[in-house]
Amino acid sequence: MSMNVIETSGLAKRYGRTWALRECTLAVPAGHVAALVGPNGAGKTTLLNLAVGLAAPTAGLVTVLGGRPPGSPAALDGIAFVAQDTPLYKNLSAGDMLHLTRNLNRRFDREYAQTRLAELGIPLNRKAGRLSGGQQAQLALTLALARRPKLLVLDEPVAMLDPVARHDFMATVLTAMADDGVSVVLSSHVLAELERVADYLILLSRGRVQVAGEVDGLLATHRVLTGPAAEAGDYAERLSVVHARRGEAQAHLLVRATAADPVPPGWEAHPVGLEELALAYLREPGAAALPGPARARALPLETGPLETGEPSEVTR
Amino acid sequence: MTALTMPARAEQDASPRPVPWRRMAWVTWRQHRTALTGAAALLGALAVLLWIVGLQVHHAYAAAAACRPAGSVICYGMFGSFNVMDGFLANGVILQVVPALIGAFVGAPVLAREMETGTFRYAWTQGFGRRRWTLAKLVLLAVAVTAAAGLFTLLMSWYYRPYFAAGNPTPQTPLFPGLFALRGVAFAAWTLAAFAIGALAGMLIRRVVPAIAATLAVYAALAFATGLYLREHYLTPLLTSNPNVPGSAWIISQQWYTKGGQPASPSALNQVLQQASPQIAGKGGIPKAPDVTQYLMQHGYVQWTSYQPASRFWPFQWIEGGWLLALSVLLIAATVWLVRRRAT
Repeated sequence: MSMNVIETSGLAKRYGRTWALRECTLAVPAGHVAALVGPNGAGKTTLLNLAVGLAAPTAGLVTVLGGRPPGSPAALDGIAFVAQDTPLYKNLSAGDMLHLTRNLNRRFDREYAQTRLAELGIPLNRKAGRLSGGQQAQLALTLALARRPKLLVLDEPVAMLDPVARHDFMATVLTAMADDGVSVVLSSHVLAELERVADYLILLSRGRVQVAGEVDGLLATHRVLTGPAAEAGDYAERLSVVHARRGEAQAHLLVRATAADPVPPGWEAHPVGLEELALAYLREPGAAALPGPARARALPLETGPLETGEPSEVTR
Repeated sequence: MTALTMPARAEQDASPRPVPWRRMAWVTWRQHRTALTGAAALLGALAVLLWIVGLQVHHAYAAAAACRPAGSVICYGMFGSFNVMDGFLANGVILQVVPALIGAFVGAPVLAREMETGTFRYAWTQGFGRRRWTLAKLVLLAVAVTAAAGLFTLLMSWYYRPYFAAGNPTPQTPLFPGLFALRGVAFAAWTLAAFAIGALAGMLIRRVVPAIAATLAVYAALAFATGLYLREHYLTPLLTSNPNVPGSAWIISQQWYTKGGQPASPSALNQVLQQASPQIAGKGGIPKAPDVTQYLMQHGYVQWTSYQPASRFWPFQWIEGGWLLALSVLLIAATVWLVRRRAT
C-alpha cells in the first residue's frame, strides 16, 4: 500500500504563547502499527488531535487517508480515535455506548462488538463509569474497531493500565491489524510495550520530529559499539554517534552504522533494541534520524499559515 | 517530481453518504433523557398545583359572576372574595423562573458536560460530524422544551382567565408586566431563549456549574430589562387627556400640565389643592381622587396619560415572541459556529 495515513508538512500548533508542535513534516505509510514516542509535552497529543480534526493547525498542513483534510466526512468515516483516558459517557451502559456509536456512524459491526465484549466479560448493562480502567479502555477500543476504520488512532492508550490490561489491549490491536489490515497510529511514553507491537517509529521531541522510519530499517542502521573509554572521544568525532554512555573503563556508543560497516579494532558491535534506540535519541534531543522510504523528503518545509484542514499543493 | 494538488485527489473518492439525521433522535434522547424528564416533572408538578388552585379561583369567579342582582352589595362582596385570591395570581410572576430553570438545567449542560468530561473527543470524531451533531442536538432539544412550555402556557392561560375577565369589577390589564411573559407565545419563547442562552454559555464556559449560574444570571438580566424598559416601547404609547382611561389599559405614565402647557410639579399641585381643600374635602377631610381630578381640570390643568391599550396584547405577544425567536436562532447558530471552529 502506498497511501500515507497521516502526512504533515511544516505543521505547527501554538496554544497561547507555547508552541506544542513545530515544523513537523512526516508521512506515516498505511499498513503499519506506527508508534509516536516522546517525553511528556513533546507534542504527541497535539499531533494526533490535528490528525483527527479536533484541532486546527496554526501553520502548515496535515492530511489523512491519502490526502483528505482531517475532520472531513471521509476522514471522520475512515478514522476511529480513542482519546487519552478513553473518554466514555460514564452514566451510559456498555450496551448504550455500543448503540450510540452505531447511531453516529455509517458502518458499525454490531456482532463484532457484542462478541468482543462478551469475550472480555464486560456486561452490556454495566455503566461505563463502573467498569475497571482496563475494561473502559477495551470498551473504547472495541467501539472504535467495530466502526471498521481504515485508520485507528490511539492516544496514550495504555498509560493508565496495569501490565496485564496493557498486554490484553495491545493484543486486541494486533489482532485487528492482522484480521482487517487496519493501520494504527498510537502515541505512548511507555517504551517497553512498543517493541512488541510497533513496526514504525516516530520520535517527537520538544515539538519537532526527531526520528521517523520503519523499525526494521532503524534497527538495521544503528549499532552499539563497546570499547575502551579512553578512545571514545576520538571515535565520537569520526563516527556518527547518537549517544555516548561512558563507564570508567568502557564506553557504549550508539552510532548510525549498519552490520556491514567496519568496526574499529578493539571495539565490539552489537545490534540495538527499539527501546535502547528510542532512549538514546530521547536523551539527545539534538540528534535526528529521518531515514526510510516514508520520509516526505520533498515536502516544502516553509508553509504559511493555513485554515483548518484546507489542503494545498504538495510535491512528491 | 510532479506537483500534485490534493483537493483534486480528494475529489476522486466521493465523500461518503452522510449518516442520516434521524439517528440523532435516539442519541439525543438517550443522552438527555434525565434532563428532559426533570423538566417534564417540574412542569407536571406545577401543572397539578395550578390545576387545583385554578379550580378554586374559577369556582369563586363563576359564583360571583352568576350572582344576581349584579352590582348588589352581596355580589360585590363575592367579587371581593374572588379578588383576594389575586395573591395567587399576581404572585404568578414567580413562574417566570421556570424558563430560566429549563434553560439552565437542560441547555447549559449540553456542551459544557462534553467539554468538562472530555467526551467531546469521542463525540466529535464519530462519522456523524461535529457540526451536524451539535445542530441536531440543539434543534431537537430546543423544539422539545419549547413545545413543553407551549403546552404549559395553555394551562396558565386558563388559570389566569378570570383575573382578566371583563366581568371583574376591578379588571387588570392583560399587559400586566408580572404576568405578560406567562401567557400567549411569550412563555414558550422565553423558554427557547433560555435554552439557547444555556447552550452558548455551556460552550463558552465549558464547565457545567458555572455555565448554569451564568445562564440564570443572563436570563434574569434579560427578563428584567425587557419587563422594566423594553416592552413598553414595542409600539408607541397612546396619549390622552381624557381622565377616564379604561381600566384594562397599561398606563405607562401620567403627568399634569398647567394652562400654559408646562408640566406641573407635584408641589405646585399640592399648593393648589390645599387652597381648595374646603371645597373638595370628603368625609373625614380626605379628598377623593375623582373630585381632585375634576377640581384641577376646572382650574385649567390637563392630565396627559400615555398608555398601551389592552387590544395590543397580541401584537405585543408576537413582537416579544418574534425577537426572542430571532435571538434564540442567533445564539444557537453562534454555538454551532463555536463548536465547529473550536480547536482543542
